[in-house]
Amino acid sequence: MTLKDTKPGMTVRIDSVGESNLKQRLMTMGLIPGTRVEVLNSAPLGDPIAIRLRSYNLAMRRDDAAQIEVSEVG
Amino acid sequence: MSALSVALTGNPNTGKSTIFNELTGARQKIGNWPGVTVDKKVGVIEHNGRKISVIDLPGTYSINARSQEEQVVSDYFKENKPDIVVNIIDAANIARNLFLTIQLMENGIPLILNLNMIDEAERHGIKIDMKKLEDAFGMPVTNTVGRSNKSVRKLLDVFTNAVMSNYKPSKLISEHIDKVHNIKRSGLSAAKIEEEIISARYDLIDKIMAQAVTVSAAGKTLTEKLDSFLANGVSSLLFMVAIFYLMFQIAFNWIGQPLADLVGEFFDETLAPAVAESMAEAGVADWMQSLVSDGIIAGVGAVINFVPLIFTLFLCLSFLDGTGYMARVAFIMDPIMRRAGLSGKGIMPLIMGFGCGVPAIMGARALDTHKDRMISILVTPFLTCNAKVPVLMLFAAMFFPDNAANIVFAMYFLGIAVAILMAKVLSTTTFKEHQSTFLLELPPYRLPDIKTVLLEAWEKGKGYLIKAGTIIFAMSVMIWFLSNFNSDGMTEDMDTSYLAGIGSAASTVFAPQGFDTWEAGAAVVTGIMAKEAVVSTMGILYGTDELSTEDEDLEDSANTLMATSLGGAFTPLAALAFMVFTQLYSPCMTALGTIKKETQSWKWMAFAFFYTCAVAWVASLIVYQGGKLLGFE
Ligand SMILES: Nc1nc2c(ncn2[C@@H]2O[C@H](COP(=O)(O)OP(=O)(O)OP(=O)(O)O)[C@@H](O)[C@H]2O)c(=O)[nH]1
Ligand SMILES: [Mg+2]
Repeated sequence: MTLKDTKPGMTVRIDSVGESNLKQRLMTMGLIPGTRVEVLNSAPLGDPIAIRLRSYNLAMRRDDAAQIEVSEVG
Repeated sequence: MSALSVALTGNPNTGKSTIFNELTGARQKIGNWPGVTVDKKVGVIEHNGRKISVIDLPGTYSINARSQEEQVVSDYFKENKPDIVVNIIDAANIARNLFLTIQLMENGIPLILNLNMIDEAERHGIKIDMKKLEDAFGMPVTNTVGRSNKSVRKLLDVFTNAVMSNYKPSKLISEHIDKVHNIKRSGLSAAKIEEEIISARYDLIDKIMAQAVTVSAAGKTLTEKLDSFLANGVSSLLFMVAIFYLMFQIAFNWIGQPLADLVGEFFDETLAPAVAESMAEAGVADWMQSLVSDGIIAGVGAVINFVPLIFTLFLCLSFLDGTGYMARVAFIMDPIMRRAGLSGKGIMPLIMGFGCGVPAIMGARALDTHKDRMISILVTPFLTCNAKVPVLMLFAAMFFPDNAANIVFAMYFLGIAVAILMAKVLSTTTFKEHQSTFLLELPPYRLPDIKTVLLEAWEKGKGYLIKAGTIIFAMSVMIWFLSNFNSDGMTEDMDTSYLAGIGSAASTVFAPQGFDTWEAGAAVVTGIMAKEAVVSTMGILYGTDELSTEDEDLEDSANTLMATSLGGAFTPLAALAFMVFTQLYSPCMTALGTIKKETQSWKWMAFAFFYTCAVAWVASLIVYQGGKLLGFE
């Protein structure tokens, strides 16, 4: 499953971040394997989405979220 | 003894400028969203007989020079060796903030770690053991509440030559630096090396967090609760429209405009007649009387009337800016902005454009790609800056008295729509090869700091007044001269004046738009200098005929006089076309200069001038001819 397929309210753990020219920026923002991410809310048409990680909130597009492999945790 | 130099660096939105302002008394712009400060700024203070120069830097997540702001910061550290570097850390968001801290330490930059926003950290149940943090880094740790002057000034006692001398990087840090060196020598690809280093930094952060920080598990924060309405699903759109409409009503209907009317009344019914009378009594030369009454008072007064309106508008904007809602607007608007080839983040500098285009054009530096920056710069001029407000308000009140506020609202909307449309055109034609991205930190909602809001609105209002007293004053004198003189000297008949010559030449291109009078042409030309000058020109040209007929009835305000003659000069439809043209055409001189500076190209500046004029010409043509077809006039 990727972060793109998640729904608001879910909590997931990052497994891997796919290759893209955004990869280093995503990692710099703290999206690295093992990080816990809560999915918060989404803009009118479901894109972009807002997530919470490392005590802060971040907005990103679904296309970019598709680069991030996650698995659901409790 | 030379000044002690202290640089403030840190992630975006951590309170660097707030602290800078409290320390130096400066008025750097503060807002609750990332990317407010885009350039470095120096302020000097004296403390205990010692000069301290403080440098405010743009916020960055790293110093890899991937964006223009990162470039500013990394250049700064390459070219300067400040005596003290203070890393301003958002204590409530310490985990991600320490990433930059570690990167700075890898670069051999000794730091004071200043934990700002400890009030918020406390509220969120985050406890930071300062002693342990100091041991973990081997660097001094301080804390502040940025909005409290007392708390910030305590830093001044910390800023001494000797402060860093007892500190050196801890074993933890030197081990990390060795590790980074090994990764760099590992022979992996450049991208892989960078990724490994990033992971190593977060590993270290996790270690330090475990030692020095405890987070008591909190439930949903207020921000998340609010965002489930304000930034979630379709309801977010309704809230957004409602919020901006409310702001608009406050400025244009409830508070700003009524106050502006009072000022206008004072000018027209008290000041102008009093000045005219006393000049007449003192036997001042006729031309001088005309210059003062018909030139300066009519021209400058027409602009000053709007000060309360502008002030109220800024009060609202600056309040909204401090809440954190702007980042949500970017979030909500991203789908639309993306279809226009931009990113939602582009909304932030554009919103600044509702104040003034100049900071908005500079604010584009905070955007991620060259394409985003260029498009943002080129479409900013279509928005309704405060200088256009008097023009729109004057025409709306005169030609559409029953719907004035709605007409002005429509003009704002038109500006936004054209900006988005042109962004689309530019991104599919001129800048198509680049891609835009959207990755935006959503700051927590905050109650705006009232002092900041008032000061900012005051500064902007003052700026507007100063402009009225300088540029607009000078232009009023010039317009008066040009409209009262021709090659034979002073003339009674304005239609033979220099300005009539210039104006009628310009106005020939506006025949299809229905406003091809020389007065309108002259207003358009002077408006390129400063948009307020359109109103000044109208004030001078249409106010003057009637005043010189020596109407005894002083109750008849100059404004009504102006209204009758100006009212006769345009049909309502032509007036609407003129409003559309003024809303969209050329950025003012200052904005053009800023475009030149930011794009570093005369070519783009010229492009900005010509294409906005072309767009304005076509749009006003459509309004006028379309309106005629529909049977309006
Ligand atoms: N609660 C609280 N808010 C603060 C504190 N310090 C600053 N703020 C608020 O934090 C927000 C960001 O402040 P700025 O000074 O603009 O931040 P900055 O670091 O200069 O931001 P950039 O220029 O974007 O990098 C503003 O809304 C401030 O009012 C603090 O100690 N406590
Ligand atoms: Mg700042």
